[in-house]
Amino acid sequence: MFNRRAEHFSYEEIARLIEPGSSVLDLGCGNGELLQLLRDTRNATVRGVDIEESMIRECLKKGISVFQGNLDEGLKEYGSGSYDYVIMNETLQVVHQPVQLIREMVRVGRTAIVNFPNFGNLVNRMQLLVWGRMPVNRDIPYQWYDTPNIHFCTRRDFVQLCREMAIPIISTIDMRHNRRISPKTANLLATECCFLLKGSTPDAPIV
Amino acid sequence: MAPPNALIVTPRDYVFGTESDLLVLECGRTLGPVTIRYETYGNLDEHRQNAILLLHAFSGDAHAAGYHSPDDAHPGWWDSMIGPGKAFDTDQYYVICSNVLGGCRGSTGPGSTNPDTGRPYGLTFPVVTMQDMVTAQQRLISHLGIDRLLAVAGGSMGGMQAIQWSVSYPNNVAGAIVLASTARLNAQGIAFNAVGRNAIMSDPLWNGGDYYGGNTPDRGLSIARMVGHITYLSDRAMHERFGRRLQERAGFGFDFNDQFEVESYLEYKGGTFVDRFDANTYIYLSKAIDYFDLGGKYGGLDAAFTDCRSKFLVVSFTSDWLYPSYQSKEMVVALMRQEKDVSYVEIDCPFGHDSFLLETDRQGPMISSFLETVYTDVQSTR
Repeated sequence: MFNRRAEHFSYEEIARLIEPGSSVLDLGCGNGELLQLLRDTRNATVRGVDIEESMIRECLKKGISVFQGNLDEGLKEYGSGSYDYVIMNETLQVVHQPVQLIREMVRVGRTAIVNFPNFGNLVNRMQLLVWGRMPVNRDIPYQWYDTPNIHFCTRRDFVQLCREMAIPIISTIDMRHNRRISPKTANLLATECCFLLKGSTPDAPIV
Repeated sequence: MAPPNALIVTPRDYVFGTESDLLVLECGRTLGPVTIRYETYGNLDEHRQNAILLLHAFSGDAHAAGYHSPDDAHPGWWDSMIGPGKAFDTDQYYVICSNVLGGCRGSTGPGSTNPDTGRPYGLTFPVVTMQDMVTAQQRLISHLGIDRLLAVAGGSMGGMQAIQWSVSYPNNVAGAIVLASTARLNAQGIAFNAVGRNAIMSDPLWNGGDYYGGNTPDRGLSIARMVGHITYLSDRAMHERFGRRLQERAGFGFDFNDQFEVESYLEYKGGTFVDRFDANTYIYLSKAIDYFDLGGKYGGLDAAFTDCRSKFLVVSFTSDWLYPSYQSKEMVVALMRQEKDVSYVEIDCPFGHDSFLLETDRQGPMISSFLETVYTDVQSTR
């Protein structure tokens, strides 16, 4: 959806999470690069959703089926448990109703994969502490008045939200500039966090 | 004059439906012989896998691209999209376009001669539907030696036929491109069609549809066209093009001789239309559009799409208020529920319903990508 970020979460890391031959829905799929990788390396049946026409065009160019739509309108068209995986890659922080969307993701997907920039990482904390200014750095390259990011959270915030929503966390991948780090120090050091969430459909398999 | 090196095409006719082989229509009646006027562009590949059938809209015809002669002033109706290197790339694909059954541009319609009477059919011509048009097209395609079309593509009424193709012949259509269309016409659309038909039928020259060989109901037909034309545009498009400007006058004349530019434009459009269109065809085709309701016919859209095997590209336009985006979305969502392979894009542009004819820069690349994907699929599953 927004590609001004200097780095994105490692697509290879996401690909490793995907069982071969499964179906994948990517919310905010951007230019379809992740879906292309999943299709080509995991033999996945893929579909994307994005709001921008230019991104739809890029997806079609890659032969990826895509729906132009607004995630803020929800996923009511999608049946419960209709996808093996519903992914939201770098998009959580730009949607208006993240809680509703996460609930929808675990309804539609047998497994949901969410990744987002960890606002609680050390650099952000230092910028706020030392300069008293909103963090602007290579992971968050936007000024406060000109940012698509309207719902930042820290890793710990997200864990808390999952607890409140009673969504089981299957596993996490914590990255610091594209290198995996331990979950123990992740809230302070991770620049990117990825959560694998268990779908709420009763017959979802135990992963 | 056609530009130098322009593609010069010759329309052809396919005649079928002899005594033993009549075309059976949805209404239960039979028709024959049937002539279908068509044109082709590009070449069929050795495996006969690159054929694309284009489906024209209400007032279109078989002449989709190129020129009929070097002296021809205007190219076909979708010339901007068809040709070497264009969206429907004739270096790669074999593109076919035919005039619909019930039409007045070379195919059999109400203005054709009824072999039983030796006189034009007029209103004795059977009421035809989208499905009947598609059945006739299928006969043409099979005559051309094509088992499976790479794609069917059309906007508006052409989009309806594209959908009908993928439903009626699930194994014979690899890709369906549906532009500015709908799976059913809603009350607003039916209402506008009714006004058009009323305009024609209230012209005394219409004479119950029996006017061939005499004076034709031009006034009625041109008013029908004016109403239709308004529905193809948008508030913004009309405002930008005409504003409130007066034709050939600076101020109001305070009489009824002055005309706003938009009035003059509609008069012109209505006037040129009668030269190339038959009033009865207007009545028949608009009725076919009114009758089109895929969900109604098959017991719900989901049921209609169950057996579809085509890959779909559905495009709608934000400023199209005749076939609004939500109608395209209904269709897309039903396809998604049926786990069909469908892509949907809503192009934000100001030209109203006519966008599918006018906007080529943005829909062109998407159509071209879609065709390439379908062609690759088809070749890999040979």
